[in-house]
Amino acid sequence: MIYKDSKILLEVRGLCANVSGTEILKGLDLTVRSGEIHAIMGPNGSGKSTFSKILAGHSAYEVTGGTVMFEGQNLLELAPEERARAGVFLAFQYPIEIPGVGNSQFLRLTYNTVQTHRGKEELDPLEFDDYVREKMKLLEMSPDFLERSVNEGFSGGEKKRNEILQMAMLDPRLAILDETDSGLDIDALRIVANGVNQLANKDNAIVLVTHYQRLLNYIVPDYVHVMEAGRIIKTGGKELAFELESRGYDWVGVEHKATARATA
Amino acid sequence: MSAPGTINAGYLENLLAGQPHLPASPLAWLNALRAEAVDRVGVLTVPTLRDEEWRFTDISQLTKMSFHPVRTTISLQVADIERFYIEEATTRLVFIDGVYAPQLSSAITDNGVAVVNLEAGFAAHAAAIEPYLGRLTEFRDNVFAALNTAFLLDAALIVVPRDISVAVPVHMLFIATQKDVVSYPRCLLLAESGSAVTVIEDYVSLQEDAYFTNAVTEIALVDNARVNHIRVQREGAKAFHIANCAVSLARASNYQSVSVAFGARISRYNLNVQLAEEAECAVDGLALISGRQLADTHTCIDHAKPHAVSHQMHKCIVGGSAHAVFNGKIMVRQGAQRTDSRQSSRNLLLTNKAHVDTKPQLEIFADDVKCTHGATIGQLDNEEVFYLQSRGLSETAARNMLTYAFGAEIIERIPISSLKCQLEQTVLEQTTIQP
Repeated sequence: MIYKDSKILLEVRGLCANVSGTEILKGLDLTVRSGEIHAIMGPNGSGKSTFSKILAGHSAYEVTGGTVMFEGQNLLELAPEERARAGVFLAFQYPIEIPGVGNSQFLRLTYNTVQTHRGKEELDPLEFDDYVREKMKLLEMSPDFLERSVNEGFSGGEKKRNEILQMAMLDPRLAILDETDSGLDIDALRIVANGVNQLANKDNAIVLVTHYQRLLNYIVPDYVHVMEAGRIIKTGGKELAFELESRGYDWVGVEHKATARATA
Repeated sequence: MSAPGTINAGYLENLLAGQPHLPASPLAWLNALRAEAVDRVGVLTVPTLRDEEWRFTDISQLTKMSFHPVRTTISLQVADIERFYIEEATTRLVFIDGVYAPQLSSAITDNGVAVVNLEAGFAAHAAAIEPYLGRLTEFRDNVFAALNTAFLLDAALIVVPRDISVAVPVHMLFIATQKDVVSYPRCLLLAESGSAVTVIEDYVSLQEDAYFTNAVTEIALVDNARVNHIRVQREGAKAFHIANCAVSLARASNYQSVSVAFGARISRYNLNVQLAEEAECAVDGLALISGRQLADTHTCIDHAKPHAVSHQMHKCIVGGSAHAVFNGKIMVRQGAQRTDSRQSSRNLLLTNKAHVDTKPQLEIFADDVKCTHGATIGQLDNEEVFYLQSRGLSETAARNMLTYAFGAEIIERIPISSLKCQLEQTVLEQTTIQP
């Protein structure tokens, strides 16, 4: 939701980045204020996923220009774990499986690590169990998720729910959801979206990275951005998503080029 | 160049020196077995890197040392060995330097079930064990199995009669207490038709000097029997450990095995599994080594008959300048149609000096089979490390967790929870690098 006078959480200016020598981001600008939900849409290969990984600090991407400020600090100077502790959360498109590590053990370790760095109390195993079970209700997850290995043998929907469960526990200021709707059936999509909606509040912000408009029926964005060739070329309200759904992406590029010519 | 044959002969002669002192058995076939083994030791030589089966594993250090059979047995108290006990496994056979320790063991003879030292099982089971003892292991072509058989006296004998399930796991605990001693641990497990049992074969040490464990285990599963076999090799840091295990699965029997190797300076485990029709086995292993350790696992899974299933996952975590070897042969014989075999060898190198040789080998002589195998050698996956970092864990913590998980995936398959926890703790300690 857009709040009057809310403060800026994330400010990206002219971000350029390479992966193995190929330029993927070419001057991306984005401003996200607390309370807002943003959707970044665009065709495959436009750089959406790269952008979300760069925000989380993936080392495979080399930032070659521009700035990223998060709550007044230079995000690009922080290691991935420092970003997580500072309140940046990335829900992965393909969460990894960790056979051999129990989900409960994993969740408690990450929770306590982040809590400690935020100067808050750790929870012992019993307290944590109560806490996590409460959060799991939000995502309609059965408690036996806790007994299984992290994401091992989880269905696509279960993995995504487990991602949002981690988001619920780590309580980020900025959550980036990378293609969270991919591979979800309609029931799982509704559950995941419902969880995200309950987590959204006036102090945090959510960036949804998605190829399809479908997710936006459930999580209603305040802003919709269209990415193409490594930058945001159009920004609108939630109705832009519907237009993209019916007209596709091509017209945005055409319109963008026409505007660029007119102003040149 | 010195003549290796001469060195070997002297070395083996030396090892055999204590053999004539063995008391003769009342069983003529057992005496004949030992005599044959002595003959074979006279003919065979100690393998070198020139032998195909030993080309990655240099045991010349072993032959440079002089080991003698145990002369005086050390008497231990419960307090000395209690820490090795496994809560669930209240049936226990304890061997100190290869010698049976009745006062520390809880042998059972009950309902036809025998968990005893070999000699005590003769009266009731001599005829039943004769076809298997010394027969499952091919000691005629294997100098270490031959040496063990030449010294065959004390042994863990487990006989589970038809349709009996032994509820409590059996712990066979082999404790090394003396330096320069060679011991010959021996196990024989006979699971009769439709029976079920879980056994733990456990090698531990109370001292850190060099010694030599040369073990042989034979396991026979009659039709429809089920055996869970957990093998834990946690020998002392300077130990030499060479073990041969042969498992024979009759029709529709099921063998599940997890073996872990943490200890010994040099260890070699040969496991041969032969499958009859509709038999199933899962053979999993973990070697977790560091420093200058060498751990070699050679397995051969022999699909001799149709419709059998074998699954194998072997993992090595190698740190320091340690060296791990895995050689996994899957043999599918002519006529073994509808064989279903899956093998995977996964290896994690923690340092630049760590080394692994892995050699999956498929030999298929039947045409209607499903066989997959694969091997990976590598370091931790950066995407996985990033995932954990993105959840707030430091890079070191992320790497530790993934290394631990790599090993824990095998440990998790152990069906005895206290042992599982204990070994998970060992993996955790050995894979944790302080930041």
